[in-house]
Amino acid sequence: MTVVALEVPVEIPPAVQHTLSAVDLDLGYGERQIVHSLSVNIPTGQVSVIIGANGCGKSTLLRGLARLINPSGGRVLLDGRSIATLPSKEVAKIMGLLPQAPTAPEGITVADLVGRGRYPHQGWFRRWTADDDRAVAEALAATDIVELAGRPIEEMSGGQRQRVWIAMALAQETDLLLLDEPTTYLDLTHQVEVLDLLTDLNRRRGTTIVIVMHDLNLAARYADHLIAMCDGQIVAQGKPAEVVTAETVDRVFGMQARIITDPVSETPMIIPIGRHHCDDGAGSDGLR
Amino acid sequence: MTAHAQDRLPLAEPLHGTVTLVRSVRHTLRRRVVLVSVVLAVILLGLFVAGMAVGDYPISLQQLFASLTGRGTRATNFIVYDLRLPRVVTGMTIGVCFGMSGAIFQSMIKNPLASPDIIGITSGASASAVVAILVLGLGGFAVSGVSLVGALLTAGLIYGLAWRKGLAGYRLVLVGIGIAAMLASLIDYLMTRAEVNDAQVALLWLTGSLNGASTAKMVPLLVLTAIIVPITLWAGSALSGLQLGDDTAKSVGIRVELTRLLLIVFGVALAAIATAAAGPVGFVAFVSGPIARRLTRGTGVALVPAALVGAVVVSAADFIGQHALPMQLPVGVLTAAVGAPYLIYLLIVSNRVGNGG
Repeated sequence: MTVVALEVPVEIPPAVQHTLSAVDLDLGYGERQIVHSLSVNIPTGQVSVIIGANGCGKSTLLRGLARLINPSGGRVLLDGRSIATLPSKEVAKIMGLLPQAPTAPEGITVADLVGRGRYPHQGWFRRWTADDDRAVAEALAATDIVELAGRPIEEMSGGQRQRVWIAMALAQETDLLLLDEPTTYLDLTHQVEVLDLLTDLNRRRGTTIVIVMHDLNLAARYADHLIAMCDGQIVAQGKPAEVVTAETVDRVFGMQARIITDPVSETPMIIPIGRHHCDDGAGSDGLR
Repeated sequence: MTAHAQDRLPLAEPLHGTVTLVRSVRHTLRRRVVLVSVVLAVILLGLFVAGMAVGDYPISLQQLFASLTGRGTRATNFIVYDLRLPRVVTGMTIGVCFGMSGAIFQSMIKNPLASPDIIGITSGASASAVVAILVLGLGGFAVSGVSLVGALLTAGLIYGLAWRKGLAGYRLVLVGIGIAAMLASLIDYLMTRAEVNDAQVALLWLTGSLNGASTAKMVPLLVLTAIIVPITLWAGSALSGLQLGDDTAKSVGIRVELTRLLLIVFGVALAAIATAAAGPVGFVAFVSGPIARRLTRGTGVALVPAALVGAVVVSAADFIGQHALPMQLPVGVLTAAVGAPYLIYLLIVSNRVGNGG
């Protein structure tokens, strides 16, 4: 994506900053409780990345924060008010979410799909205004898919499709954006592209971003604030350089690792140590 | 809480051309929907005139116009208002109801098989009507009332059985098809034990026929339709979000469970009042949505075109059944003749893709 450069001079942040936090949150599906009395403050105006092993509850937490699942205990607070009591459309003007596997109806065009992000801004019968056109155009331009506007979604490649969904979330024009594994099905080039785009969004508009993702090294590079989860609780959080230590990686993933400095970004980089191909023998018991 | 354009920094330069492009793509889609709707409305008008003019006593356009504007003779007024208008208007209205009802269910459940005539809702209306006719010995309005209640109860039962901490579309379809089969066997059982005359009345009702249309039955149908259709269109504006899956719909601020419940209630009500008025005119709800979607091409939810397609299908089928064939056939026979092959086609295609419908 060449539309916007990464190094942007600091620009004026938006006037109003929204806060998102959770207090003693219990989340689960039916009988199975996944997140246990978890409290967290999402830092406003920063990029937070939630990491953790499969099944640790990171996606569940994100869905709880986005009010997609009702907590069995505790509360999610948006601007200090319980999100469950706020009108759904009002919340949707402040906070957007890109789910893990969104589905598009057959034959829908890119512009139509992106335009559906405008729902919370439209009144009854979805009356369309010039402001909606502007928002959709901006979202298309930001994700570099302008030339795809009139094409059906079936024709898109995986990377393009993900950009279309991000464009829909951008068209919603929220100050908070939560993304559930936005890079999971993408190749490395497109992963970096998506994360760069989200960083642009944060730097230029001051959008608070929360991402759930698997790639630790990219997480450590792109996060302002890293949240490490294990068994439904937060094990460590803070700046990547503080959070990413060999001990934390062992606690969160049960894996031995060596931490070095990413030569490109100067952020911590995790070198996993397995049973094979690791000369210094740390954790290698395969040949004993 | 100010999310206005002015105090936001655009991510990229807001290209003037891009806004124009977005607008033109949107206009193209919209124009298509409008064009399709207008063409369907014109066809419908033609069918209205044809249905009013053609018959054992042909009525000229002048006579028809004079009569409709209150300047007709007593003879033409009788034919226009008492014999033909109820039949033609009832046909169009039930077409609107079935078409819209089918389109709601199909786009909400994201499954072309999920129309009220496939998932047992109209079966519920039929079975209760048959019980009313054969067991309770009722007739006329009472049958319609009982069938309305039956449709609503059946929908509640299907919804209850398909509900597992949320509504999965395929489960609703499977439960519905099962319920439809059970109700069909109940109908068969009652029919085999019935007196021949009663059975004939019930059979005509089951086929779906406009023969019994009258002003007295038309008026309540029109009133109910005029109330439910606008509310449904309003609630249906959320369908474009619901189509994107529950998570996305909730994120854009749709109250998913409430909206879906409302849409189910309205969809059932539309199918039920239409069935109560003319019997379960087969496959109209089932084919209207897909035809409308194909005509409007990829605009997602097309409730108004689907309603118009339904009206055209019923009116055309009834006209053909009345005038174009060597013998007169009830409208339901003709709609089934068109709809059943489409159902078979859909079942074959969806099995081939391997998504089980």
